[in-house]
Amino acid sequence: MTLLGQFALWAGLLAALWTALVGFSGRWRDRPELAAAVIRGSFAVCAAMIVAALALWKGLLTHDFNIEYVWAYTSRNLPDAYVITAFWAGQKGSLLFWALVLSLFGALAQLVTGKRHERLMPYVAAVTCIVAAFFIGTMLLSANPFDRLPVTPPDGRGLNPQLQNPGMVIHPPMLYLGYISITIPFAFAIAALLSKKLDTGWLHAIRKWTLLSWLFLAIGITLGMWWAYVELGWGGYWAWDPVENASLLPWLTMTAFLHSVMIQEKRGMLKRWNLSLIVVTFLLSIFGTFITRSGVIASVHSFTQSNVGFLFLVFLLSTGAAAFSLLYLRWPALKPDAQLESLASREAAFLFNNLVLVGIAFSVLWGTLFPILSEWVRGVKVTVGPPFFNRVNIPLGLLLLLLTGIGPLIAWRKTSPANLRRQFLWPAGFGLAAAAGLAVAGMRDRYALAALILAAFVLGTVTQEFWRGARARVRMYGEAVPLAVTRLVNRNRRRYGGYLVHVGILVYFVAFAGMAFKVTQEVTLAPGETAEIRSPYGHTYSFTHLGVSQYEALNRIVSAANLEVRRDGGRLGTIKSEKRQHVDSFGEKTFEPSTEVGIRSDLREDIYVVYAGSIGGTERANFAISINPLVWWVWFGGVVLTFGGLLTMWPGGRTMAPRRRRDVQAGFEANLAGPDSDAPLAEVVR
Amino acid sequence: MSDTIGRRGFLAVLGGAVLLPQQDADRLRWPSAPGRARDTVTGAHNSEVIKSIERKLKCTCGCNLDIFTCRTTDFTCTYSPELHKEVVALHDAGRTPEEILDAFVAKYGEQALMAPPPSGFNLAGYLVPSIVVLTAGTILALVLLRRDRVTPVPPAAGPGAEEGDGISSEEQERLDRALAEVAD
Repeated sequence: MTLLGQFALWAGLLAALWTALVGFSGRWRDRPELAAAVIRGSFAVCAAMIVAALALWKGLLTHDFNIEYVWAYTSRNLPDAYVITAFWAGQKGSLLFWALVLSLFGALAQLVTGKRHERLMPYVAAVTCIVAAFFIGTMLLSANPFDRLPVTPPDGRGLNPQLQNPGMVIHPPMLYLGYISITIPFAFAIAALLSKKLDTGWLHAIRKWTLLSWLFLAIGITLGMWWAYVELGWGGYWAWDPVENASLLPWLTMTAFLHSVMIQEKRGMLKRWNLSLIVVTFLLSIFGTFITRSGVIASVHSFTQSNVGFLFLVFLLSTGAAAFSLLYLRWPALKPDAQLESLASREAAFLFNNLVLVGIAFSVLWGTLFPILSEWVRGVKVTVGPPFFNRVNIPLGLLLLLLTGIGPLIAWRKTSPANLRRQFLWPAGFGLAAAAGLAVAGMRDRYALAALILAAFVLGTVTQEFWRGARARVRMYGEAVPLAVTRLVNRNRRRYGGYLVHVGILVYFVAFAGMAFKVTQEVTLAPGETAEIRSPYGHTYSFTHLGVSQYEALNRIVSAANLEVRRDGGRLGTIKSEKRQHVDSFGEKTFEPSTEVGIRSDLREDIYVVYAGSIGGTERANFAISINPLVWWVWFGGVVLTFGGLLTMWPGGRTMAPRRRRDVQAGFEANLAGPDSDAPLAEVVR
Repeated sequence: MSDTIGRRGFLAVLGGAVLLPQQDADRLRWPSAPGRARDTVTGAHNSEVIKSIERKLKCTCGCNLDIFTCRTTDFTCTYSPELHKEVVALHDAGRTPEEILDAFVAKYGEQALMAPPPSGFNLAGYLVPSIVVLTAGTILALVLLRRDRVTPVPPAAGPGAEEGDGISSEEQERLDRALAEVAD
């Protein structure tokens, strides 16, 4: 099978290079059959990558330990689910996964994009294929997943225990899907620049792709937080680790793009900015892979490191230079159709939102690279950890939350002071009421206080938007409120889905604020002994050690410590935390013992128990016990955000012909004659 | 002889009955399976002062964690428990938190701190992002304010526009509804 895999890689590389060469040369413009061949080239790359992927999966599932990758990341006693997901556990497999998904997306883009963008598609095929060629070439040059060992070991080394978690089954693919799918909007942007078709057509072609990338990244980041929380055992979900930062960077710039692209669609402005954002987002997705794979920055998430970092750096720099050179060449053709006219306009609010999002991305990038800069300038190594990032980014994050509430309240072009008063009255009231409530409750942490007040303000904004829209329908059609809300959302999924995403974001902020009140205590308990901890809500939790049981499981020896938990004297149940000593199929230890956290979660707080180890090999044990407020809301925020994102990109809803959409780009048109009339009586803005 | 042995045996059984259950009852079947043996938790482990100092100091094991997080998370790390003992020893010797941090910097270098001290070149690390955002924001605001003055634009009727602009209330309702449906 490795021979087939090797052949597929070479075939994929040749097909990708041929497609890219012909696509970029532009000769297809005079020869329709060549244009069709370029597009078919992307299908050929996809077919080759599917074959290569199946070959690797076959090797994994048949425990072909002669394949170095299979030996390095699996063992005979590894559960089947993790044997399958070991595909992306290591660097070589991850690169093949990249190439596979990219080629699938590239082919899919060719299939689902409408005929009216056919002039762009050969260029899109060329760009996706050149990226695919880079990944395939990197595999063939220095990270081949089909490399063989000189002898066949009887068993593999097994999978890192931290990766033997359901979160790692789904989190890396989601994140990779986000990273990889960014290539498609990037390919369309380059295609628009090359073909000089710089109207909003390419934006409409990539709308779903950008949302899809953004959503995959958001889900991937949230799942990564969940994995870190349940698996790493430090009681938190975000540590500003370089790998975490690398996933956040393209998400931030993509979020900025999703806002600024609305200004281009409506007003024909920010064309250069939007193209720059797409290019930067793509480069950041490559940068993320570069810093995690190169070893240039240490990370707890870097499970693999090798010399592919240099190749990524070369690709990153050359792609950036090429893309920005092309942008510079087309600069004159990207003049805005209109100008921003007022500070009190939605365009301005979106611009400030973009500024803060890009500012946060810059500060995260700056902090991530600052140790390298410091060593380069001063020759002194420094550590840039959570205290630095919190100090710099929390104020920016709060500013972003404020703008999330302000943006929807301001009209396009210009808003009158009276309108501003009317729009801000209720949301500001929400915020002030929250402030009063929190002051009475005695909350003093300034950042948590600010986050909760601003979250209330944003919630007020979103509620008001839903309420006014639904009220208009109730008055006009006499619909019941639930029906009015449903139809309101259904008629404009993009807008109201976006509001739900805002709700998801504010829920995240509320949850993040909760961690300011985290309580942690270490205890040593013999069986029967009890420890007490007071939670931030004033509850007294007691933990009684019930003992440690040990047993053998499929690929590990488990030591499970059980604690009986009571809250204010009332029994809540038991919590189990484990130590797992993984062994191979011969019973030999494979990794250092790993920890499985015991978590009891409710809406207010999580009880988080870590069995730290035993005293002298007895049941007398050390525990790290934390009470983590509002953690449940992080995952709920992720669900709301995902639902909002899906709603935004769901097909259907209100549609408008492209020609008509261009006509109303600078404002909107309202029919005042009644619901059944077609006569536009008032064109409101333009 | 046999009597002696018997007596010793009897004593051993008796001793075992009294002592062994206490020693072995909580003895684990695989004593090393839960990992490295732990020390009993002391007051210093839960001291808020010690915790706050340790949260500012990086573990030297190669992880990216602070000493407190590492010693309460990575139970395979042999560095963080020793660094914890160093912190406790300095604290017990009467050193202030600042002096303890300085002692770690003197011993392990500036990278011992979880965040660089905000002085000298490090100030660039803290200030550059904020300066960039503030400068760009100020320029943007000034440009928009200038345009506000030179190009008067009639207020747009966005969602929630003020009533009484020369249209009837029924028209206003229809307008509100239409705008609510079309405006993003």
